[in-house]
Amino acid sequence: MSNQVALTGNEVMAQAMRQINPDVVAAYPITPQTAMVQLFSQFVADGKVDTEYVTVESEHSAMSATVGASAAGSRAMTATAANGLALMWEVLYIASGTRLPIVMPVVNRALSGPINIHCDHSDAMGARDSGWIQFFAENGQEAYDNAIQAVRISEHEDVRLPSIVNLDGFIISHAVENLEILADEDVEEFVGDYQADNYLLNSEDPIAVGPLDLQDFYFEHKMQQAVAASNVKDVVLEVAKEYEEISGREYGLFEEYKLDDAEVAVVALGSTTGTAKAAVDNLREQGVKAGLLKIRLYRPFPAEEIANALKDLDAVAILDRADTFSTTGGPVYIDTRAALYDSDADLEVVNYVYGLGGRDIKVEEIESVFEDLQQIAETGNVEQKINYLGVRE
Amino acid sequence: MVKPGDGYKDIPKGGLILEAGNAKNYKTGGWRTKKPILDKETCINCHRCWAFCPDSSVLSEDGDVKAEIDYDHCKGCGICAHECPVNAIEMEKE
Ligand code: SF4
Ligand code: SF4
Repeated sequence: MSNQVALTGNEVMAQAMRQINPDVVAAYPITPQTAMVQLFSQFVADGKVDTEYVTVESEHSAMSATVGASAAGSRAMTATAANGLALMWEVLYIASGTRLPIVMPVVNRALSGPINIHCDHSDAMGARDSGWIQFFAENGQEAYDNAIQAVRISEHEDVRLPSIVNLDGFIISHAVENLEILADEDVEEFVGDYQADNYLLNSEDPIAVGPLDLQDFYFEHKMQQAVAASNVKDVVLEVAKEYEEISGREYGLFEEYKLDDAEVAVVALGSTTGTAKAAVDNLREQGVKAGLLKIRLYRPFPAEEIANALKDLDAVAILDRADTFSTTGGPVYIDTRAALYDSDADLEVVNYVYGLGGRDIKVEEIESVFEDLQQIAETGNVEQKINYLGVRE
Repeated sequence: MVKPGDGYKDIPKGGLILEAGNAKNYKTGGWRTKKPILDKETCINCHRCWAFCPDSSVLSEDGDVKAEIDYDHCKGCGICAHECPVNAIEMEKE
């Protein structure tokens, strides 16, 4: 039994948190995430959840309290955005390194400066090597579905790693969408009870968490983390299959939209993939074999599968809503190019950095990318590998 | 101390220490450059060194401070020698 509802992205994520009913939530409000934790704290005040809500004075404390709660053996969540995520930085690594299965919605927003509160992926991309699993969503429905699945994925015994569930600031977080939420009891049953193997509040079996780990053992623990990351893909697919049974919605590592017979395609993540679908549809009507690869699981990066899905294209454009300022392109571009290096693919790969600080991306702009790709496919000539789309000269 | 079976496949995940109170297995004596020598002749058994030692390395039995220091864990910080009111402890170069 599911319910058809009209909710904003923030509201539906608060609903997901209510249905997950974590033992502890420690969160600090920050635009554009504020409505999510505000609504959730209302659920706490109204006794709709059993959660202990810890109000904190900063995101550094929010993540620290969440780490403590998770180490104590509880199912713990928090949520943040942009500079809040940046303030959590050192504790992010402690959460993943200590193998705590925390789930955290991140409402993507540009990192200042100059000061900006609108959508881009510079916050999440900065955390891409922090050892957190990262999901991206096209809309509120997917963000909701990802949040519920993330609990199971993070807590899986082969994984035990924290997850960031990304949703685009304002575009998803503040827009009202027609979506389906599952029945409370279905979510309750799906996420089940969390039982940590070893935890601080187990007085029968006392342990130490977070001790000094020097030259003789640290490397082994990082190796365990690398192994856990390599297990994520399989677990994501396994959990997706189970989730489909209760939701009717299908999920994979990424979505291939009209990619099967495509000659040119774009790779993107987040809400832009909805815009890109409209561009693909328009071009298909004009007889252009256009397609889209929408990344859902960004960390760990499903390199082999993505390379395989792209290998028969003539040209592909990677859309990045963040720059690395490395002069070698945006993060998704760098990952995708690296993935393609080892495949037998023979295609041109170009990069478009777009939408920084919430700059709108239009269907026509993505169509213009496809025009560039067709040109590249015809001539085999790439004028510029790294492009900035929608910026004034 | 690394021993056989301490590979990444076998050790507890995330740096957890599953055995309580096992800090004594970590032998910090190797950090020492100077070694405390306790002279029982001079010692008035006041137990200051015993109370101040940050590593519980001054040993006491039946109310008597022993001449033997726990050199497996004594880091050679010299606090005991500094605190001794009768200079019964001398720090000797290793
Ligand atoms: S030198 Fe330091 S560690 Fe060693 S016995 Fe004295 S106080 Fe303890
Ligand atoms: S502090 Fe000096 S006198 Fe007192 S017990 Fe220790 S060695 Fe003996």
